[in-house]
Amino acid sequence: MKRIISVLVENEPGALSRVVGLFSQRGYNIETLTVAPTEDSTLSRLTITTVGSDHVIEQITKHLNKIVDVVKLVDLTEGAHIERELMLIKVRATGSQRAEVKRCVDIFRGQIVDVTASVYTVQLVGHSDKLDAFFQAVGEASILEVVRSGVTGIARGEKVLSL
Amino acid sequence: MEQLSGGDMLLRALADEGVECIFGYPGGAALHIYDAIFRQDRVHHVLVRHEQAATHAADAYSRSTGLTGTCLVTSGPGATNAITGIATAYMDSIPMVVISGQVASDRIGEDAFQETDMVGVSRPIVKHSYLVKDPAQIPAIIKKAYYLAASGRPGPVVVDIPKDMTAQGKLFDYHYPETVRLRSYNPATRGHAGQIKKAMQLMLAAKRPIIYAGGGVIQGNASAPLTALAQKLNVPVTNTLMGLGAYPGDDKQFLGMLGMHGMVEANFAMHNADVIFAIGARFDDRVTNATEKFCPGAKIVHVDIDPASISKTVQADVPIVGPVDSVLNDMLQILDELKQTMDTEALSVWWAQINEWREKHGILVKPRYDTTSEAIKPQEVISALYEVTNGEAYITSDVGQHQMFAAQYYPFKYPRRWINSGGLGTMGFGLPAAMGVQYAHRDAVVACVTGEGSIQMCIQELSTCTQYHLPIKIICLNNQALGMVKQWQDMNYGGRHSESLYEESLPDFIKLAEAYGHVGVRISQRAELKDKLTEVFAMKDRVVFVDIQVDTKEHVYPMLIPHNDPSGANGSMRDMFLSKTERT
Repeated sequence: MKRIISVLVENEPGALSRVVGLFSQRGYNIETLTVAPTEDSTLSRLTITTVGSDHVIEQITKHLNKIVDVVKLVDLTEGAHIERELMLIKVRATGSQRAEVKRCVDIFRGQIVDVTASVYTVQLVGHSDKLDAFFQAVGEASILEVVRSGVTGIARGEKVLSL
Repeated sequence: MEQLSGGDMLLRALADEGVECIFGYPGGAALHIYDAIFRQDRVHHVLVRHEQAATHAADAYSRSTGLTGTCLVTSGPGATNAITGIATAYMDSIPMVVISGQVASDRIGEDAFQETDMVGVSRPIVKHSYLVKDPAQIPAIIKKAYYLAASGRPGPVVVDIPKDMTAQGKLFDYHYPETVRLRSYNPATRGHAGQIKKAMQLMLAAKRPIIYAGGGVIQGNASAPLTALAQKLNVPVTNTLMGLGAYPGDDKQFLGMLGMHGMVEANFAMHNADVIFAIGARFDDRVTNATEKFCPGAKIVHVDIDPASISKTVQADVPIVGPVDSVLNDMLQILDELKQTMDTEALSVWWAQINEWREKHGILVKPRYDTTSEAIKPQEVISALYEVTNGEAYITSDVGQHQMFAAQYYPFKYPRRWINSGGLGTMGFGLPAAMGVQYAHRDAVVACVTGEGSIQMCIQELSTCTQYHLPIKIICLNNQALGMVKQWQDMNYGGRHSESLYEESLPDFIKLAEAYGHVGVRISQRAELKDKLTEVFAMKDRVVFVDIQVDTKEHVYPMLIPHNDPSGANGSMRDMFLSKTERT
């Protein structure tokens, strides 16, 4: 089952490699990984999506907690949460396709952020499933390039991940 | 405030931390540090002959004293040579600080001479690591390194110091912090009271209980409360390879080691237990055999300082995260408060069963190997060693058959006397480990049980023994082959001894010992074994290399039958080979 783990780590060089190294070293999967500093400049926040049985996920969170640079973590999938991913996608847009792609972008509530005579660059934000659905809607043949940010997420309601 | 250079601050910090000695080897990037060593006399240095030996010596210094070991190496090859020893300490949770020189900070990343990314290379085998970026930080980093190494689940910590950080000339205010606080690191200090009570109630209700204690009990200095608890409850105790000595090996409640080459009575008792009280042990694959067949009827209490060790391979019914000594003391106290007592009737039935197994299979009850053989049996060498040293020696070992024989036939009465590489299984560990032990215990009897294979992996350290007057006794069980490899080839590979035989290429160990200025003794007759060993241990101030020509065909038994063995019942802890022809 897919899990989203949010991790606060010391904003130190090497901290990220310790986290990533743990996954490769123990044979766990990383599906997506996002990292950025937080409002507290001494901390970075990582969001990792991974798949595994409950037993594996338990081991992952235990081993993450053991890393000295890891300050705190939460498995967002244990509670109600919001997850988002950002995608930039270059789509061929010529002739009758131009209007078709534009319509599709509107339906998915995306934005065209760059235009040339033959290409639209589309920005789309949402649940990963929605991004996948956009692929299918536009049709793979017209997709020139895709970049996805990886999943980031936050718990719903009053729950916060902080020190 | 006193002003010191980075190098002098490092040495002062080590002294203020209480470090008595460093095992190390100099080189370019560490030269400022070595110069600082020369300028002080509070911290001693032992010059080894290979960096791997420095790590093993520091590791064994720690294992035998409970203090944190320290080693110092240079960058590049010095650092990479230390890796095997760091991994050894990591697998066995040994507190150790490894200080490595690094190329100057403005050279890092340029593929400079003797540059290796030590923090990167060592990352999967350290508890934590630091790269020093500001000399002023050296005292604080040293304080944190020692705190991290020794607290919680202990382990090695690397401090990588670029050469310019320790240069003379630039001075910094020296202040050694008294305390250390890391917001991201808070190891448990007490076990959960509710869980402890639950565990004790489970134990008291047990009809066939067993205590399975590992190296954590030794690392956590909890032998005394463990022994008290076990004896109060009259429960049988088994130790892991790493835990030997945690419970007195000569006590009648002790069933010996469990696992792969464990005692039949210990493995049978585990398999048939209704409550297993695991403490400071980690259900290693060399203990459990196939986990799906592991102890089918048992409820499991698991006490460990490391939450990640609990329910990793075998699900615990009552998990307790905490330091083993405090948990055991809490248990002893609860035991006094609870009105409940053990079911003595069930317990005496259980003991009768165990004693029957012990009588039938116990290798210390009577020899289970061929005692009529003309060849010297490795088992009887260890028994003779036990006798000659009164069971009081510090025994280090290398890895292979000799290691298992030592674990089986030398019942350790105290903790920290049995020094071996259990987790990583590092050949070459024994001799440098014996140096670390002898350095820490100058007057103690220290013997390294080894084989002609393992000893050659760090044999250069015979020279270090000369320089520092470390009168180790090397007990080499020479069977002219990589014994354990050969045993597996005999059992699983149709007796094809692929690259496990030395074919008369072995050195003359007697001459070799003499070349280093030591005494060499060869034992090739059974009749002379005990007398010669007695003579060896009478040479108190000499290193003696004892080359013992043992039976080349001997296998280590008992041995768990792995789950894929086609010949019959397999995979559980009660499935064991008892000899080349018998099985349980």
